[in-house]
Amino acid sequence: MLLALLALLVLAAVLALPAIARGVGSARRRLAERRGERTGREVLDLPDPGRERRAEQRARELLRSCVNEEEWAMYRDLGFIRVWGAQARRPGAAGSARRSGVYAYLIYPQKPLVAFVPETRQLLSEYCVEFPELASSLSVSRLPDSDDVLAKWMALTGDERRLVASANMHLPGRQVDPGRVRRDIWRLAEWERQRRGGGQVASRG
Amino acid sequence: MANIRFLRMRPGHGEVLLAEGDRRAREDEERLIEEFRRQLDAGMWAAVPTRDRASGRREALMVRHYDEIPSQAERVIFFPRAAGG
Repeated sequence: MLLALLALLVLAAVLALPAIARGVGSARRRLAERRGERTGREVLDLPDPGRERRAEQRARELLRSCVNEEEWAMYRDLGFIRVWGAQARRPGAAGSARRSGVYAYLIYPQKPLVAFVPETRQLLSEYCVEFPELASSLSVSRLPDSDDVLAKWMALTGDERRLVASANMHLPGRQVDPGRVRRDIWRLAEWERQRRGGGQVASRG
Repeated sequence: MANIRFLRMRPGHGEVLLAEGDRRAREDEERLIEEFRRQLDAGMWAAVPTRDRASGRREALMVRHYDEIPSQAERVIFFPRAAGG
């Protein structure tokens, strides 16, 4: 009796073997496919430093083609651009009129705008602003550095009030180190002095 | 100069050319108007880089309607609208 049961079990196992093998095979295939898909996605999500470098190069060319020669040289040499406030940009406001009681902004890439009074070097406020790509499935949502600077420059020179209204205003020091800003204002003054005097100015990079 | 280019800043790419055409040609202009509206509807801001003939000073002109684009403009740059960071 026991022998017969054992024989039946062996027979059943032999008959079921192909079905089990097929099940295991298809499970392996599904697992492999899932791994393959995941690997593919991971490959697509890998940052491409070459692409970002090329994007930044294009952005620099675009920035250069839009801003004043002095502003381009400022960005190239110092890493930021100073834009005068609307009061100083009015037609006819120039020279000493600019330096008397008016404000200006420093535009840094991917950092808040910093408003200050050039005459006293007093820092006024930070305007935290960004340009997020909302309707995009791109893994990168930040503009290249020079595009970020150009966007701020265009918005400031084109419609300062709207940009400021869109930004979050904070006291100086919230995101940008005030010591660094003061050093940059000093560097800017030195840079302008050397340009006026025709001296050589060391490039930033 | 009636030929104009519409450029758009894109994250990770720099600027891309959206449209280009002769504003005096009706077919081109219709295409440009359509693209302009599409970009603003998508939440973009539009700016025209300008240069003052007398002083040489460069600034930007923010435009909200196609008609506001100066006739001598060579390009319009679209970029994502500003948001508080």
